[in-house]
Amino acid sequence: MDGIALLTIFILSVFVGFEVVSKVSTVLHTPLMSGANAIHGVVVMGAIIVAGKSEPNSLALWIALAAVLLGAINLVGGFVVTDRMLEMFKSKKPAAAAEDGGAA
Amino acid sequence: MSETHVDPMWVQVSYLVAAVLFILALKSMSSPRTARTGVLIGAIGAALATGVLFFSGIKLANLALIIGFLVVGSLLGLVAARRVKMTAMPQLVALFNGVGGGAAALIAVVEYLVVDSDDPLFLIFTVATVIVGSIAFSGSIVTYLKLQELMTTRPVVIPLGKWITILVAVATVVGGVWLIVQPQEWLLWALLGLSLVFGVLFVLPVGGADVPIVISLLNAMTGLAVAASGYVLGNVLLLIAGTLVGASGTLLTNLMAKAMGRPLTSTLFGAFSGTTAGGAGSGTDRPVRSGSANDVAIMLGFAGKVILVPGYGLAVAQAQSTLRELADLLAEKGIEVDYAIHPVAGRMPGHMNVLLAEANVPYEQLKEMDEINPEFSATDVVLVVGANDVVNPAARTDQTAPIYGMPILDVDAAQQIVFLKRSMRPGFAGIENEILFDPKTTLLFGDAKDSLTKVVAALKNV
Repeated sequence: MDGIALLTIFILSVFVGFEVVSKVSTVLHTPLMSGANAIHGVVVMGAIIVAGKSEPNSLALWIALAAVLLGAINLVGGFVVTDRMLEMFKSKKPAAAAEDGGAA
Repeated sequence: MSETHVDPMWVQVSYLVAAVLFILALKSMSSPRTARTGVLIGAIGAALATGVLFFSGIKLANLALIIGFLVVGSLLGLVAARRVKMTAMPQLVALFNGVGGGAAALIAVVEYLVVDSDDPLFLIFTVATVIVGSIAFSGSIVTYLKLQELMTTRPVVIPLGKWITILVAVATVVGGVWLIVQPQEWLLWALLGLSLVFGVLFVLPVGGADVPIVISLLNAMTGLAVAASGYVLGNVLLLIAGTLVGASGTLLTNLMAKAMGRPLTSTLFGAFSGTTAGGAGSGTDRPVRSGSANDVAIMLGFAGKVILVPGYGLAVAQAQSTLRELADLLAEKGIEVDYAIHPVAGRMPGHMNVLLAEANVPYEQLKEMDEINPEFSATDVVLVVGANDVVNPAARTDQTAPIYGMPILDVDAAQQIVFLKRSMRPGFAGIENEILFDPKTTLLFGDAKDSLTKVVAALKNV
């Protein structure tokens, strides 16, 4: 793909990236950051690609494999920890109002 | 860009689907109702893209090794994410982010070693990936060490630090430009080293309270590094995913900084000046009024309206459930109880909500700062459990305090204030809290869980 096409995709992605999170509530800042963190874990794909074209037993291969390891940690760990954070939003039965204003 | 391999149509379409799933995931994660689904959507997108890669017809030598490392990495990530206590979650996210940035930097290094290209665009993006990825890596490691309290949480100001940092930054940029103009391998390694050092220097002077903002910023940087690596490899999905995270992460960083009332520039460069390490300079031997669990129980039991302010100390002591027990008990006595949640209570925005949800505290009782602040003046007793910086009026008054300008919970407006504290040690930001010396303040020293358990027991007899 030529440079201009990639640049187009890049610019449009910037706008989409801004747009999708513009209305996030404070409560979700951390989970959202963690979720975005998991998404850039797809960097593992790039690591696999470069490992796949490195010469066997070369320095490049071992560096690439280290990248595979790190990328996989980022990807899998990122999604799992985000999911744990968001367990709070699992559907619960609505809690009854706690206070009913009696005398102390 | 490697021109040797062109993905077949079905692979390209799969990547497009994955990109759309990532956008939908981010969108869903921005709303409480759909947030959990969002994680699932994102995970499906990532699994789809990674799976398709193996069958895309791209040349994959060393397949067994690749799969081996992939499996080990996945297991490490899985176990770390499952085992981590929710209190330590922010630093784990920082660590995950760091390794992602490190992966991007290494990819660019390998691509440089394997592909012998002097295409300037290829070199520009390779250099960008190496620099940004390495900064995200080493910077995140330092934030991890700070949050894990393996090193001081106060801003670290090295003598001449500002000048060393500037020098390293300039050297990095010069090295990068040199590498683009005159590609040579030793320069690549030098660049990698310089960027790693810069990442450390960049985060060291950041004070504890600002660490979350920096994590978010480093997260956005990793996104950009991944995007640049996508350009280097000619992989559109990496470009899109990385850019999405880079853009949304930048906006998120800004939103967080705003929620904490911290202009981004002062977070990043404020500590350079070295003025922040100060504080009120007041000694800890000043008189305070401490009470017993019984005193506290009596104050609470005869109040009409109580506001609970949970902080990180509560989380550390794993006292969420005990606090809820106390709240339930007060509510049974007809006392109005609310939880006041500062945006950065705990260690990061939203952290406290997660912790309290674990203890099944009804979501409706959690009041955000803007909502609860006007209510403090009509409140009889505020119970501050293991929080300090988020109620410290120095944020309003002391221009030299590192937290100056951060919006705080106005607990000092209440009739009486009770602090459950471990000791007189200042909070994460390392500054004295004047409220502790206020005559209407009572302190109950001890572990938050012990103290709360005693107060609950005493309250039952009130």
